[in-house]
This record gives sequence, structure tokens and C-alpha cells, in this order.
Amino acid sequence: MNTSAKVSRPRWLTVVGILGLVCMGFTVWLGLWITPPDVVQGNLARLLYIHPPIATVALYWAGGVALAGSLLYLWPRTRSFFWDRLAASAVEVGAVFSALTCITGSIWGRPAWGVWWAWDARLTSTALLFLLELGYLALRRVPADPATRAKRCAVAALLIALDVPIVHFSVDWWQTLHQTGTVLDPGFHLHVHGSMAWTFLLGFIAFSLIFVWLLGVRYRIEVLQDEAGHQEMDVSLAERWSEGADLVSTARAPYPPDGSAS
Amino acid sequence: MWRDAVLVAGKDLRIEARSRVALWQVVPFAVLVLILVAFAIGPDNASLRHAAPGIFWIAVLFSTVLTIQRSVAVESGEGTRDGLRLSGIDPAGIFLGKAAAVGLQLLVLQVVLWAGVTFLFNVRVHVVWLAIVTSLLATVGLACAGVLYGALSAGLRVRDTLLPILVLPVLAPVLLAGSKAWQAALDGSASSGAEWLRILIPFAVIYLVIGIVLYGPLQEAA
Repeated sequence: MNTSAKVSRPRWLTVVGILGLVCMGFTVWLGLWITPPDVVQGNLARLLYIHPPIATVALYWAGGVALAGSLLYLWPRTRSFFWDRLAASAVEVGAVFSALTCITGSIWGRPAWGVWWAWDARLTSTALLFLLELGYLALRRVPADPATRAKRCAVAALLIALDVPIVHFSVDWWQTLHQTGTVLDPGFHLHVHGSMAWTFLLGFIAFSLIFVWLLGVRYRIEVLQDEAGHQEMDVSLAERWSEGADLVSTARAPYPPDGSAS
Repeated sequence: MWRDAVLVAGKDLRIEARSRVALWQVVPFAVLVLILVAFAIGPDNASLRHAAPGIFWIAVLFSTVLTIQRSVAVESGEGTRDGLRLSGIDPAGIFLGKAAAVGLQLLVLQVVLWAGVTFLFNVRVHVVWLAIVTSLLATVGLACAGVLYGALSAGLRVRDTLLPILVLPVLAPVLLAGSKAWQAALDGSASSGAEWLRILIPFAVIYLVIGIVLYGPLQEAA
């Protein structure tokens, strides 16, 4: 049986991936060549076309899908491996985006703040989120029966999700250097204008599309891995059965007439 | 549920009283952490006094991991977990009992560590009630979150290496709030220290409630 044929790549996923790459290409073009340098930060501000979108994907998109998937798996009426795989895929993609958030923030922080790393509320909480996600992925890799693994991982994701606001507010009270909302203030008034605003918006769309694409690809890999696991199990069982059949046929074979078997 | 909790806590504490693993391994380990971190910081008294609350809570956190591992290990023998599951004891009672046993051991450990930081780093707690309330709240949070994650890793061959990476980032708010509240208790500024209890209270309550609700499904998954 060909597993890749059974779990075919959906066409919409390819379309989303291409759209994401095209949007990303436009973001890079607009961000690096078309938009003017910032009055205060100069060219350094160009990094902000990608850093907030990456952070949004890491915190809200990936976190939201992981939490929803885990809750829906734990809820008996909606329990399905679809939700388990979706949550696991979201955590893995989220871990990549959390790491990218720290890296891009660090690249921006060095010239802006003078240090690669500052013990700031958002930096610290994002780093801790990344470590929590690594813990989840370590738990995910422990071999177990699929239902057991799914339940265990769903509970772990729920506990992580509960901890995230606590971590966030705890470090928020600790000391803070990171600026508050830059694009929208609490009254939802836009603070970025013209080509900069469009590039910023395009950056959000590009990273959101790439998140959906990566989530879809990772989900498909999860399905293929499970299929391959089942196939390996079937092959191993068939081998054991054939060994057993050989042993039975040997045991039932008549003794040689000269009695050499004794 | 409460009767079951008392039964389970009594069982775990009796095992510890007889085996004395906590006394001969966890407490010396915690004191060792105090000394090693002090070595790393250097002999400057001012630096050590400044770092004392952080060192205290780091020692408590690492010892929590050991205590949780021990709490899981006492039930890792042949069929012990299944026996406990089939005994008809309410899972919430098991959770509360195990958390109470772990919490009690951690409180004893903190008394030893308190004496340790006073003696080794020459610090004096000026707001005693703040330090005691901080320790009590933090202990509830540490014990509840620890027992939950212990249940999550129970039955896994890699639980000894998996548990620290799962539980330590989760316990980070307790480390932060505990250190800050203790710093305030050392400095004598009760009001600024009491602010940090606003983190410890929800942490303890959330993990207590979640533990009561989720321990049953987790026990089945282990």
C-alpha cells in the first residue's frame, strides 16, 4: 500500500503555500526597497515589518490552534485524532515561530537597545513559551499508544496554555523595556501610515498564510507517520506469524526413520 | 475525597519516614545547591546577600523536581499504580494526598534552607509573616503543579529526564514571585512584597483546581 497516495497533498495547501511565498516576496520588496526609512530608527525599522507578524503567529495563531485542538480532543463528544494531530502540529510550528520571534527581536535589540538580550517582560515570556513548547515536543516523542499519547499531550498543552498568561503577567510586573502596542493603541487608532502601513499589513498576511501552510504540511506528515507506524506494525506482525507458522510446521514434521532426532 | 487524601498523604509520608530518602538525599542536595551557587557568585558578602532570595528559591525548585520524582517513583513498582487506580480511591483525593505529602516535605526543606541562607549568607528576614505566607503559597503551587506533571510523566521510561524540562519552565513564575517577595521580606518593605503574592495566589489556586479536575484522566493516560 502506498501511504502517500492514500494521504494525498490537498490542492488548497499548495495554493496557500504559493500565496504565502508571493506575499512574503512582496513584503521583502516593499520593506527593503519601497518604504522610506523611519524618522527615528532609520533602516532598523524595516525589521519591524516581520518581527510583530512572527510574534503574532507564535503567540496567537499557533497558541490558539494548539489550545482549541487539545480542548476538542479532551472533550469526549469531539474526541478525534484530527484534533490531536492539529494541536501537535500547531505546537511544533509555534515553537519555530517562537524561536524566530526571539531571534528577530534580538537582531533588532542589539542596535536599538545596545544588547542582544534584555531581561524584559516580553522577551522572557516568549523564551519561556519556547521552552514550554520544547517540553511538549519532548513529551510527544515518547513512544506510547496513540490514544494515551494524545490524552497526555492534550493535558500538557492545556497546562502550558494556562501557564502562559501567568508567565506573561509575572514578568510584566517584574521589569519592562519592550514598548507597548505600536501599531494600534488601546483605542484602535492606527499609528503607521502610507506604504509602511501596507507593508506591515502584508507582512501579517504573509506570515499568517505561511503558518497555515506549515500547519497543513506538518499535519500531513503526522498522518503519514501514523500510517507508516501502522504499516511497520503490520509487517512485523506478518513476520512473527510466518515465523510461528514455520515453527508449527517443523514441530508437526514426522521424525526421521533412523531416529536421529532423539 | 478528603478522607482519601489523608490516606494517600499518610501512605506517602510513612514511606518517606521509613526510607528517609528526603532526609538523606533531597535536603543535602538543596544545601549543596546553596553552597555551589555561592561558590559561583564569589565570597563578596554584599553580592551574596543580594542573591540570597534567588539562590533560596532555585534550591527549592530543584529540590521540588527531586521530591516529585520520588513521589512518582514510590508508585512505579510492579502494578502499584494499577493497584491504586483500582482501589476505588477518588483520583482527586489521590492528587490532594500526594500534593499534601510533597508540600509538607517542601515546607520542612524550606525551614532548613531558611536556616541555611541565614547562616551562610548572613541575611535576616525583617518581615517574617511575608516570608511565611510566600513560602506557604509557593509550596501549594509547587506541590500541585509538580504532582500534576509527575502524573503526566509517570510510567514513562524517560520520566527522570523529561520531568525537569516539563515542569521547570512552568514553575518559573513561582521562582520569580518567591524571590521578589523574599527580597522584600529581607529589605523590610512589606507592601512591595505583598504585590508578588498576586502571582502566587492564582498560580496555587489554578493548579489546585486543575489538579482536582484533571488528575483522573491523567492517571488513566499514564
